[in-house]
Amino acid sequence: MTANPSNKLSVRNVCKTFRLRGVGGSKDGMLNVLRSVNFDARQGEIVSLIGESGCGKTTLLRIIQGLIRLDSGSVLVDGSPISGPGRDRGFVFQQASLLPWRSARQNVEFGLELQGIARAERSARAMQLLELVGLAHAAEQYPHQLSGGMQQRIGLARALAVDPAILLMDEPFSALDAQTREVLQIELMRIHEKTAKTTLFVTHDLDEAIYLSDRVVVLAAKPGRVKQIIDVPFEHPRPELAELRSNARFQEIRREMWHLIRTPAAVAA
Amino acid sequence: MTQIPGSVQEVEVTGQTDVEDLAPPPRSRRKTWLVRLMAIVAVLASWEFFGRQVNPLFMSYPSAIIKAGVTLAANGELAIALASSLRTLLSGFIIASAIGIALGLLIGRYQFADAATDWLVNALYATPLIATIPLVILWFGLGDAAKLFIVTLTAVFPVLINTASGVRNVPRALIDVGAAFAANEWQVFTKIILPAVLPYIMTGLRLGIGRAIIGMVAAEFFTSITGLGALIVKYGNQYDTASMFVPILILMLLGVGLTALVRRLEEMFAPWRAQDD
Repeated sequence: MTANPSNKLSVRNVCKTFRLRGVGGSKDGMLNVLRSVNFDARQGEIVSLIGESGCGKTTLLRIIQGLIRLDSGSVLVDGSPISGPGRDRGFVFQQASLLPWRSARQNVEFGLELQGIARAERSARAMQLLELVGLAHAAEQYPHQLSGGMQQRIGLARALAVDPAILLMDEPFSALDAQTREVLQIELMRIHEKTAKTTLFVTHDLDEAIYLSDRVVVLAAKPGRVKQIIDVPFEHPRPELAELRSNARFQEIRREMWHLIRTPAAVAA
Repeated sequence: MTQIPGSVQEVEVTGQTDVEDLAPPPRSRRKTWLVRLMAIVAVLASWEFFGRQVNPLFMSYPSAIIKAGVTLAANGELAIALASSLRTLLSGFIIASAIGIALGLLIGRYQFADAATDWLVNALYATPLIATIPLVILWFGLGDAAKLFIVTLTAVFPVLINTASGVRNVPRALIDVGAAFAANEWQVFTKIILPAVLPYIMTGLRLGIGRAIIGMVAAEFFTSITGLGALIVKYGNQYDTASMFVPILILMLLGVGLTALVRRLEEMFAPWRAQDD
């Protein structure tokens, strides 16, 4: 299969099976996590992965990140297949996972430091990004002095600092309270308009998926596979989520996604 | 005044300050010290009073100990003993720290090193190592080498065990950060594991210094030639109880002082950890 040149990220027939070690006398088993997953993300798009828990969305993200090896299929970034973690993909974690002994600025510098970039240059670059996420004033503060929302902004700045081709975000707002989450969703949209980074966003929040994404990849579970890919038609810049919720088209998409996710496994439960 | 975008962050900052205000106010801390000071005075006073009632062979009291201390300091005996003890203590402790940290990092990070040595480390950690002093004296004689060996041996295990357990306790999420940014093994070790383990190492050093002092005194009891331990034995044999108390109190101050010093370093190296506790 050839890659379409406008695709920044292509996921082609990705399969993954975990070997389960037998527990308490039960036999070793195989867990089919992902079966033949296909989707693309074009330059500048935000694509969300959504699905019930156990659908393999986090596993898929970690395969794209290069932390988990795939059994078959391929992941292409800018048309070339990945082999392991790389600097062309920036990662934002579910828990911000900042290094507690580093100040906000030093955390943002982390990736640049690994690349051996000179101190003055990486410091300047880190300050630019802290500015972008609205935290320039907290540059010299340490993670334990910052709120969860601020920590997550720094996590985003850290991922953007290495100027990756693709941004991978693993349920980054799921641990935050509802208000902070909405603020950060708006912030992410604002930042995305400036950076135009191709972004893959894992979430289990339907509203969040619709609000942020150009397209939503709905996964089904056991084994994880693409159930449907839904285009979100709203123009950028979008109105706030609170306003968008009353939009009839929004409600229609939400209902459709809800049914896709619920049937049939969840209904039985 | 109009709301500027970014006012949300201001709210977050203020919220953080509120949390820090929950620390006990300085007044109650001053009160704690006042109570503590009164307790110290009361204990010393009753020691002085009751100590005088007892046969000086069995017990001494603060004023007599101070007098003996002045004498020992004036004739230089105390300074020589203290210098000898400190030299052994510090060099043994430094050797133990270097060995303990290096082996601890290795054992914590690499499973084969752990599997090969954990039984030995656990056995030696559980053994009261001062039981080996007679043997060590057979090997090294009665000189400084035997003392140095005992101090190193007693101090090395707390450092080693804490360092190794620190490496094993580095949060998985932080290792993942290294992997996500394509760090190589050396970078993971120096930029993630080492700083994350530092507070554990400091805890190991704090426990190690306490053990080193015990090892040093026990070794000096056996060799009985130099150091504060030898001074205790000498005045014990002379039934000069007041003079015997002088090196004991010096050892107490040494233990308290060195432990406090390492604790300060601990807080300096890991300010984020002090808040968790």
